[in-house]
Amino acid sequence: MELKALTYLVVGASFALYIGIAIWSRAHSTSDFYIAGKGVSPVANGMATAADWMSAASFISMAGLIAFLGYDGSVYLMGWTGGYVLLALFLAPYLRKFGKFTVPEFIAERYYSKTARIVAVICLIFISFTYVAGQMRGVGIVFSRFLEVDVTIGLIIGMGVVFIYAVLGGMKGITYTQVAQYCVLIFAYTVPAIFIAIQITGNAIPQLAFGSEITGSGVSLLDKLDDIVTSLGFDQYTSGTKSRIDVFCITLALMAGTAGLPHVIVRFFTVPKVRDARTSAGYALLFIAILYTTAPAVGAMARYNLINTMQPGEIGAVDGNLLYADRPAWFDTWQQTGLVQFEDKNGDGRIQYYNDANAEFAETAKAYGWQGNELSVDRDIMVLANPEIAGLPTWVIALVAAGGIAAALSTAAGLLLVISAAVSHDLIKGIFLPDISEKKELLAGRIAAAFAIMVAGYLGFDPPGWVAQVVAFAFGLAAASLFPVILLGIFFKRANKQGAIAGMLTGLFFTYGYIEYFKGLFLKWAGSPWGENVTEHWLFGISPEGIGVVGMVLNFFVIVAVSYMTPAPPERIQHLVEDIRVPRSL
Amino acid sequence: MTPANRSAYWRANLRLVGACLVIWFACSYGFGILLVEQLNRIRVGGFQLGFWFAQQGSIYIFVLLIFFYAWRMNKIDQKFDVHED
Repeated sequence: MELKALTYLVVGASFALYIGIAIWSRAHSTSDFYIAGKGVSPVANGMATAADWMSAASFISMAGLIAFLGYDGSVYLMGWTGGYVLLALFLAPYLRKFGKFTVPEFIAERYYSKTARIVAVICLIFISFTYVAGQMRGVGIVFSRFLEVDVTIGLIIGMGVVFIYAVLGGMKGITYTQVAQYCVLIFAYTVPAIFIAIQITGNAIPQLAFGSEITGSGVSLLDKLDDIVTSLGFDQYTSGTKSRIDVFCITLALMAGTAGLPHVIVRFFTVPKVRDARTSAGYALLFIAILYTTAPAVGAMARYNLINTMQPGEIGAVDGNLLYADRPAWFDTWQQTGLVQFEDKNGDGRIQYYNDANAEFAETAKAYGWQGNELSVDRDIMVLANPEIAGLPTWVIALVAAGGIAAALSTAAGLLLVISAAVSHDLIKGIFLPDISEKKELLAGRIAAAFAIMVAGYLGFDPPGWVAQVVAFAFGLAAASLFPVILLGIFFKRANKQGAIAGMLTGLFFTYGYIEYFKGLFLKWAGSPWGENVTEHWLFGISPEGIGVVGMVLNFFVIVAVSYMTPAPPERIQHLVEDIRVPRSL
Repeated sequence: MTPANRSAYWRANLRLVGACLVIWFACSYGFGILLVEQLNRIRVGGFQLGFWFAQQGSIYIFVLLIFFYAWRMNKIDQKFDVHED
C-alpha cells in the first residue's frame, strides 16, 4: 500500500482507540475528572505518567538533537530522567499523603494563603503554556509531512482530538488513554531502532548496538562516527563543545523542572497509597528509560546513516559525494516541507555536506573543490526521516507517524487538564465561588480546557524555537518557581507564606525575564526588540535553557531568608507538615 | 506515635534520602559531566566510559535507585509501624 494511505489507516486506527477509551471511561465526578478517583494501579499509573511525560520533544526532537550535538545532547538524557529520582525522594509520597487535587491547592493549604494559591496558579500557567506551545509545533511537523496537509489544518485536527478526550474524559479518561498511547509510542520508537541497529551492526538491541562494531569493518560505531565527523570538519561526536558550567546547569534545571512540573506531580495524586506513589515513580522512569536509552543509539545511527548517504565514497575524492540526480525519494518529500534544503554552491551536481563554519577545515575543503556546505537538515525531522533514510518498509514509517502524534497529544492533553483544574478548582472554586456545585465546577473545568486548547493552538503557529528547546524553557520555569516552594513546604517547617510568595515571584520573574530577553518567548508577536541571543552577555556563561538553576537558587534563598524575618507559620500548619511526613493517618 | 519516635523515623528517612542523593549525583554529574574526560580514557566494548555514563549508565542507575529507595522506605515504615494497612 502507498505510504500516505497506510499512514491514514494507522493514525486513524490509533485515534479511534483513544477516543473509544475516553468514552468508555468518562468521568462522573470531580474526583474522577481531576485524579481518576484515586484508583489507578502503580504500573498503569507509571505507564500513563511515561506517556504524559514523553512529549513530542522526547519522541520527535530529542534523538535528532543528540545526533547533531553528540555528547552535549547528554544534558537532555540525564536531565529528563534524573528528575524522577528527585520526585520519588522528595515529593511524590508526601503529596500523595496530603491527598488533594492540584498543586496550587497544596501550596494554598501549606502556606495558609489565598495569595500564595493565586501566585502558584500564575506560575503553573506560565509553565504549562510554554510547554504546550512546544507540543503544538511537534504536531504541526508530523501532520505537515505525513498527511500532506497544511500545518494549519494539521493543528486544527490535533486540537479537535485533544478537545474530545481531555474535555469529556478528564483524568480518568486520560489515564487509560495514555496507557494505550504509551504502548503505541514505545512500539513505534523501538521497532525502527531495532531494524536500523541490525542493519548497521548486526546486533538487535539498540542499547548494545550503540557500542558495537559496524558489520564487516572491525571499527566500533562511535569510533567510526568520531572519525567521519571530524574529517568533515564537525566537532567530535563523543566529546562536547558546551562549557561545563552550562552542561551542569541545563542538566540540573531539567531535573528540578521535572520534579516541579504540575502535570507530572498530579500523577502521584491518582494512586491508592503512599507506598504506591513511591513505586509508581520507579515504574514511570522504567518505562521512560526504554525510550531514553534507545534515543542516543538512534541519534548516533541516524547521524551515521545521513553522512553515509551523502558521502558514499572517499572524503575529498571527486566522486565521493552523492550525485543530486541520484538522491533518494525521502530527500524530495522532505525538501517539499522546507525542512531539508540543498543548494549546489560549487555547481558540480553533487551534495557536499560538511561544517563550513570551521575555520581550520576551510583550507582542506577548498583543496577538495568545495565551496560551502550545500545541505541543511532540520534537527526536528531526524526521528521521522530516519526510517526512510535507512530504507525501512512503509508500515514502519506509518507507525512512527502514529507514535509521534501519540506522544504530542498525550502530553498536550495532560497539560490542558492541569490548566483547566487550576482555573476551575483553584481560581473559581477555591477563591471566587467557594459554594459552586460539583456539576458547575466540572462544567467550568471543561470550558477552561476548551479555552486553553484555543490559546495553545494559537501559540503553536509561531513557537519561539525548536521543540526540545521550547520545552526546556518550561522546565527552567518549573524549577525556578514551583519546585523550591513545594520541597521546602515538606522539608522546612519554618517556611511561611511571606517566604513562599516572595520566593515564587522572584524565581518566576527572574527566569522568565532572562529567557524573554535572550530568546523572546511570548512577547515576540508584539514586536519586542529582545530575543537576540548574544552568547557573550550570558550571566556566568549560562544559556537560557540552564538559567532556571539560578532562578531556583534565588527562590530557595528568598524563601529561607524571608521566612526567618517574618513570623513562624501557625501551630496547625506545623502539625500538617508533621502529618504528611508519615504514611499512615494518625 | 511519640514525638521521639516520630523524629527517629524522619531521621532514618533523611539518611536514606541522603545516601540515594549521593549516588544520584555521582553517576550523573560526577561520572557523566565532571569526570567525563578522565573516564573516557577507559574503554568498555565500543564505548568510552564517561560517554557511556552520560548517555546510558546514569539512566539505568536512576531506575534502580528509585526501586531501591521504595523498597528500603517500605521497610523503614514497617519498622516504625507507620505503614498503611
